[in-house]
Amino acid sequence: MNNFFSRLILLFTGVLFSTVLFAQDKAVEMADVMRSNGKIYVVVAVCLLILVGLFIYVMMLDRKITKLEKNRD
Amino acid sequence: MHKNWWKILSFLILVYTIVAGFLLDVPHLFILHETIRNLYFHVCMWFAMMILFIISFVYSIKYLRGFSYRNDLYAKNFAVLGCVFGILGYATGTIWANYTWVTDQGQSLAGILKEPKLIGAAIALLIYGAYFVLRGSFTDMDKRARISAVYNIFAFAMLFPSIWIIPRLVGSLHPGAPGDESGNPALNFKDIDSRLRMVFYPAIIGWTLLGVWIATLKIRLELLRDKSMINE
Repeated sequence: MNNFFSRLILLFTGVLFSTVLFAQDKAVEMADVMRSNGKIYVVVAVCLLILVGLFIYVMMLDRKITKLEKNRD
Repeated sequence: MHKNWWKILSFLILVYTIVAGFLLDVPHLFILHETIRNLYFHVCMWFAMMILFIISFVYSIKYLRGFSYRNDLYAKNFAVLGCVFGILGYATGTIWANYTWVTDQGQSLAGILKEPKLIGAAIALLIYGAYFVLRGSFTDMDKRARISAVYNIFAFAMLFPSIWIIPRLVGSLHPGAPGDESGNPALNFKDIDSRLRMVFYPAIIGWTLLGVWIATLKIRLELLRDKSMINE
Protein backbone atom coordinates (compact mmCIF):
# COMPACT_ATOMS: atom_id res chain seq x y z
CA MET A 1 0.00 0.00 0.00
CA ASN A 2 2.77 2.33 0.99
CA ASN A 3 4.50 1.47 -2.23
CA PHE A 4 1.34 2.30 -4.21
CA PHE A 5 1.03 5.74 -2.62
CA SER A 6 4.64 6.57 -3.20
CA ARG A 7 4.23 5.62 -6.86
CA LEU A 8 1.11 7.76 -7.10
CA ILE A 9 2.92 10.72 -5.61
CA LEU A 10 5.76 10.18 -8.04
CA LEU A 11 3.30 10.14 -10.92
CA PHE A 12 1.64 13.35 -9.76
CA THR A 13 4.94 15.12 -9.29
CA GLY A 14 5.92 13.93 -12.74
CA VAL A 15 2.75 15.35 -14.24
CA LEU A 16 3.21 18.53 -12.25
CA PHE A 17 6.76 18.98 -13.43
CA SER A 18 5.75 18.44 -17.02
CA THR A 19 3.14 21.18 -16.71
CA VAL A 20 5.81 23.39 -15.21
CA LEU A 21 7.97 22.63 -18.20
CA PHE A 22 5.14 23.54 -20.57
CA ALA A 23 4.62 26.73 -18.63
CA GLN A 24 8.30 27.53 -19.00
CA ASP A 25 8.10 27.01 -22.74
CA LYS A 26 5.33 29.56 -22.85
CA ALA A 27 7.29 31.92 -20.62
CA VAL A 28 10.14 31.91 -23.15
CA GLU A 29 7.73 32.87 -25.87
CA MET A 30 6.48 35.88 -23.90
CA ALA A 31 7.13 39.00 -25.94
CA ASP A 32 8.31 42.07 -24.13
CA VAL A 33 9.18 45.24 -26.00
CA MET A 34 12.84 44.40 -26.54
CA ARG A 35 12.01 41.04 -28.10
CA SER A 36 9.30 42.12 -30.53
CA ASN A 37 9.84 42.65 -34.26
CA GLY A 38 12.79 40.28 -34.43
CA LYS A 39 14.60 42.15 -31.63
CA ILE A 40 15.14 45.23 -33.79
CA TYR A 41 14.64 47.41 -30.69
CA VAL A 42 17.85 45.97 -29.30
CA VAL A 43 19.73 47.34 -32.30
CA VAL A 44 18.00 50.69 -31.87
CA ALA A 45 19.02 50.77 -28.20
CA VAL A 46 22.65 49.90 -29.05
CA CYS A 47 22.85 52.57 -31.75
CA LEU A 48 21.26 55.17 -29.49
CA LEU A 49 23.76 54.35 -26.75
CA ILE A 50 26.66 54.81 -29.17
CA LEU A 51 25.18 58.11 -30.34
CA VAL A 52 24.66 59.35 -26.78
CA GLY A 53 28.22 58.34 -25.82
CA LEU A 54 29.62 60.09 -28.90
CA PHE A 55 27.71 63.28 -28.17
CA ILE A 56 28.69 63.29 -24.48
CA TYR A 57 32.33 62.95 -25.55
CA VAL A 58 32.09 65.82 -28.06
CA MET A 59 30.22 67.93 -25.51
CA MET A 60 32.96 67.40 -22.92
CA LEU A 61 35.58 68.40 -25.50
CA ASP A 62 33.51 71.50 -26.26
CA ARG A 63 33.40 72.45 -22.57
CA LYS A 64 37.12 71.89 -22.12
CA ILE A 65 37.90 74.16 -25.07
CA THR A 66 35.44 76.79 -23.82
CA LYS A 67 37.21 76.75 -20.45
CA LEU A 68 40.59 77.15 -22.14
CA GLU A 69 39.26 80.09 -24.17
CA LYS A 70 37.95 81.78 -21.03
CA ASN A 71 41.28 81.32 -19.24
CA ARG A 72 43.04 83.00 -22.12
CA ASP A 73 40.89 86.11 -22.16
CA MET B 1 23.66 78.41 -24.39
CA HIS B 2 21.81 80.54 -26.95
CA LYS B 3 24.60 79.94 -29.44
CA ASN B 4 24.55 76.18 -28.92
CA TRP B 5 21.00 75.41 -29.98
CA TRP B 6 22.14 73.81 -33.22
CA LYS B 7 24.27 71.30 -31.33
CA ILE B 8 21.22 70.13 -29.42
CA LEU B 9 19.26 70.13 -32.67
CA SER B 10 21.90 67.90 -34.22
CA PHE B 11 21.59 65.44 -31.33
CA LEU B 12 17.79 65.38 -31.50
CA ILE B 13 17.77 64.90 -35.27
CA LEU B 14 20.23 62.02 -35.05
CA VAL B 15 18.19 60.33 -32.30
CA TYR B 16 15.19 60.70 -34.61
CA THR B 17 17.25 59.33 -37.51
CA ILE B 18 18.15 56.17 -35.63
CA VAL B 19 14.75 55.53 -34.06
CA ALA B 20 12.69 56.35 -37.14
CA GLY B 21 15.34 54.97 -39.48
CA PHE B 22 15.18 51.53 -37.90
CA LEU B 23 11.51 51.34 -37.00
CA LEU B 24 9.45 53.16 -39.63
CA ASP B 25 8.10 51.26 -42.61
CA VAL B 26 10.22 51.35 -45.76
CA PRO B 27 9.36 50.41 -49.36
CA HIS B 28 9.83 46.72 -50.13
CA LEU B 29 12.50 46.48 -52.83
CA PHE B 30 14.20 43.56 -54.52
CA ILE B 31 17.83 42.87 -53.60
CA LEU B 32 17.93 45.85 -51.23
CA HIS B 33 15.28 44.63 -48.74
CA GLU B 34 15.90 46.24 -45.34
CA THR B 35 19.27 47.63 -46.43
CA ILE B 36 17.42 50.56 -48.00
CA ARG B 37 17.66 51.97 -44.47
CA ASN B 38 21.34 52.60 -45.25
CA LEU B 39 20.01 55.62 -47.13
CA TYR B 40 19.85 57.36 -43.75
CA PHE B 41 23.44 56.51 -42.89
CA HIS B 42 25.69 55.68 -45.85
CA VAL B 43 24.19 58.22 -48.28
CA CYS B 44 24.08 60.90 -45.59
CA MET B 45 27.84 60.52 -45.06
CA TRP B 46 28.38 61.62 -48.68
CA PHE B 47 25.91 64.47 -48.43
CA ALA B 48 27.55 65.70 -45.24
CA MET B 49 30.93 65.43 -47.00
CA MET B 50 29.72 67.55 -49.92
CA ILE B 51 28.25 70.23 -47.66
CA LEU B 52 31.44 70.40 -45.59
CA PHE B 53 33.54 70.71 -48.77
CA ILE B 54 31.26 73.52 -49.95
CA ILE B 55 31.82 75.35 -46.64
CA SER B 56 35.57 74.82 -47.01
CA PHE B 57 35.42 76.20 -50.57
CA VAL B 58 33.55 79.31 -49.42
CA TYR B 59 36.15 79.99 -46.71
CA SER B 60 38.97 79.57 -49.23
CA ILE B 61 37.38 82.26 -51.40
CA LYS B 62 36.89 84.44 -48.33
CA TYR B 63 40.57 83.97 -47.50
CA LEU B 64 41.63 85.09 -50.96
CA ARG B 65 39.45 88.19 -50.67
CA GLY B 66 40.84 89.43 -47.36
CA PHE B 67 43.87 87.25 -46.49
CA SER B 68 42.61 86.72 -42.98
CA TYR B 69 44.42 83.82 -41.32
CA ARG B 70 41.22 82.78 -39.59
CA ASN B 71 39.48 81.94 -42.87
CA ASP B 72 42.37 79.71 -43.92
CA LEU B 73 42.01 77.78 -40.68
CA TYR B 74 38.28 77.39 -41.29
CA ALA B 75 38.83 76.16 -44.86
CA LYS B 76 41.37 73.59 -43.73
CA ASN B 77 39.35 72.10 -40.89
CA PHE B 78 36.10 71.87 -42.83
CA ALA B 79 38.04 70.02 -45.53
CA VAL B 80 39.42 67.65 -42.88
CA LEU B 81 35.94 66.85 -41.59
CA GLY B 82 34.69 66.44 -45.16
CA CYS B 83 37.37 63.81 -45.72
CA VAL B 84 36.43 62.04 -42.48
CA PHE B 85 32.85 61.76 -43.69
CA GLY B 86 34.02 60.68 -47.13
CA ILE B 87 36.09 57.86 -45.64
CA LEU B 88 33.13 56.82 -43.49
CA GLY B 89 30.98 56.83 -46.62
CA TYR B 90 33.48 54.61 -48.40
CA ALA B 91 33.76 52.18 -45.47
CA THR B 92 30.00 51.85 -45.02
CA GLY B 93 29.59 51.46 -48.78
CA THR B 94 31.86 48.42 -48.85
CA ILE B 95 29.60 46.61 -46.39
CA TRP B 96 26.44 47.57 -48.22
CA ALA B 97 27.89 46.56 -51.61
CA ASN B 98 29.00 43.21 -50.22
CA TYR B 99 25.49 42.20 -49.15
CA THR B 100 23.62 43.56 -52.16
CA TRP B 101 25.74 43.79 -55.30
CA VAL B 102 28.07 40.87 -54.57
CA THR B 103 25.92 38.26 -52.87
CA ASP B 104 22.40 39.05 -54.08
CA GLN B 105 22.94 40.64 -57.46
CA GLY B 106 25.79 38.39 -58.52
CA GLN B 107 28.14 41.19 -59.54
CA SER B 108 31.76 40.15 -59.87
CA LEU B 109 34.43 41.92 -57.86
CA ALA B 110 35.87 43.23 -61.14
CA GLY B 111 32.49 44.71 -62.02
CA ILE B 112 32.34 46.53 -58.72
CA LEU B 113 35.89 47.80 -58.99
CA LYS B 114 34.93 49.30 -62.36
CA GLU B 115 31.99 51.08 -60.75
CA PRO B 116 32.53 54.71 -61.84
CA LYS B 117 31.10 56.22 -58.69
CA LEU B 118 33.67 54.37 -56.56
CA ILE B 119 36.49 55.54 -58.79
CA GLY B 120 35.10 59.08 -58.90
CA ALA B 121 34.80 59.26 -55.13
CA ALA B 122 38.32 57.89 -54.75
CA ILE B 123 39.64 60.55 -57.14
CA ALA B 124 37.81 63.29 -55.24
CA LEU B 125 39.14 62.12 -51.89
CA LEU B 126 42.68 61.77 -53.25
CA ILE B 127 42.53 65.32 -54.63
CA TYR B 128 41.57 66.51 -51.16
CA GLY B 129 44.34 64.33 -49.73
CA ALA B 130 46.78 66.21 -51.93
CA TYR B 131 45.42 69.43 -50.44
CA PHE B 132 46.73 68.37 -47.03
CA VAL B 133 50.04 67.24 -48.50
CA LEU B 134 50.37 70.65 -50.14
CA ARG B 135 49.60 72.41 -46.88
CA GLY B 136 52.17 70.34 -45.04
CA SER B 137 54.93 71.17 -47.49
CA PHE B 138 55.06 74.91 -46.67
CA THR B 139 56.88 76.42 -43.75
CA ASP B 140 55.79 79.95 -44.54
CA MET B 141 52.28 80.48 -43.16
CA ASP B 142 51.27 83.15 -45.69
CA LYS B 143 52.42 81.19 -48.72
CA ARG B 144 50.78 78.04 -47.41
CA ALA B 145 47.45 79.76 -46.89
CA ARG B 146 47.45 81.44 -50.32
CA ILE B 147 48.51 78.51 -52.46
CA SER B 148 46.37 75.98 -50.63
CA ALA B 149 43.34 78.26 -50.91
CA VAL B 150 43.79 78.35 -54.68
CA TYR B 151 44.29 74.58 -54.73
CA ASN B 152 41.17 74.08 -52.62
CA ILE B 153 39.11 75.89 -55.24
CA PHE B 154 40.53 73.57 -57.90
CA ALA B 155 39.77 70.53 -55.72
CA PHE B 156 36.20 71.68 -55.29
CA ALA B 157 35.84 72.20 -59.03
CA MET B 158 36.82 68.53 -59.50
CA LEU B 159 34.52 67.23 -56.76
CA PHE B 160 31.11 67.33 -58.44
CA PRO B 161 32.20 66.18 -61.91
CA SER B 162 33.94 63.16 -60.40
CA ILE B 163 31.20 62.03 -58.02
CA TRP B 164 28.05 63.13 -59.85
CA ILE B 165 28.53 63.91 -63.52
CA ILE B 166 30.87 61.19 -64.79
CA PRO B 167 29.05 58.26 -63.06
CA ARG B 168 25.80 59.45 -64.63
CA LEU B 169 27.32 59.66 -68.09
CA VAL B 170 28.89 56.22 -68.24
CA GLY B 171 26.36 54.13 -66.29
CA SER B 172 26.75 52.96 -62.75
CA LEU B 173 25.36 50.57 -60.19
CA HIS B 174 24.38 53.54 -58.09
CA PRO B 175 20.98 55.16 -58.58
CA GLY B 176 20.64 57.82 -61.24
CA ALA B 177 22.58 56.07 -63.98
CA PRO B 178 21.11 56.17 -67.49
CA GLY B 179 19.21 53.22 -68.93
CA ASP B 180 17.85 50.01 -67.49
CA GLU B 181 21.07 48.14 -68.02
CA SER B 182 22.62 50.02 -65.12
CA GLY B 183 21.57 47.11 -62.92
CA ASN B 184 19.95 49.23 -60.29
CA PRO B 185 16.83 47.56 -58.96
CA ALA B 186 14.48 50.29 -57.89
CA LEU B 187 15.69 53.36 -56.15
CA ASN B 188 15.32 56.44 -58.28
CA PHE B 189 15.76 59.83 -56.70
CA LYS B 190 13.12 61.30 -58.96
CA ASP B 191 10.45 59.20 -57.28
CA ILE B 192 12.10 58.51 -53.96
CA ASP B 193 9.44 57.26 -51.59
CA SER B 194 7.97 59.89 -49.27
CA ARG B 195 8.49 57.53 -46.33
CA LEU B 196 12.23 57.61 -47.05
CA ARG B 197 12.25 61.38 -47.50
CA MET B 198 10.76 61.89 -44.05
CA VAL B 199 13.92 60.55 -42.45
CA PHE B 200 16.47 61.13 -45.22
CA TYR B 201 16.38 64.94 -45.37
CA PRO B 202 16.53 65.50 -41.59
CA ALA B 203 19.30 62.89 -41.39
CA ILE B 204 21.45 64.88 -43.84
CA ILE B 205 21.04 67.99 -41.68
CA GLY B 206 21.78 66.07 -38.48
CA TRP B 207 24.98 64.44 -39.73
CA THR B 208 26.17 67.71 -41.30
CA LEU B 209 25.62 69.63 -38.08
CA LEU B 210 27.63 67.02 -36.19
CA GLY B 211 30.45 67.46 -38.69
CA VAL B 212 30.29 71.25 -38.38
CA TRP B 213 30.40 70.95 -34.60
CA ILE B 214 33.54 68.79 -34.61
CA ALA B 215 35.14 71.10 -37.21
CA THR B 216 34.50 74.16 -35.04
CA LEU B 217 36.06 72.35 -32.07
CA LYS B 218 39.21 71.72 -34.13
CA ILE B 219 39.25 75.34 -35.31
CA ARG B 220 38.92 76.68 -31.76
CA LEU B 221 41.72 74.40 -30.54
CA GLU B 222 44.05 75.52 -33.34
CA LEU B 223 43.24 79.18 -32.72
CA LEU B 224 44.11 78.67 -29.04
CA ARG B 225 47.35 76.94 -29.93
CA ASP B 226 48.36 79.65 -32.38
CA LYS B 227 47.59 82.40 -29.89
CA SER B 228 49.77 80.75 -27.27
CA MET B 229 52.55 80.37 -29.87
CA ILE B 230 52.42 84.10 -30.59
CA ASN B 231 52.56 84.92 -26.88
CA GLU B 232 55.57 82.71 -26.19
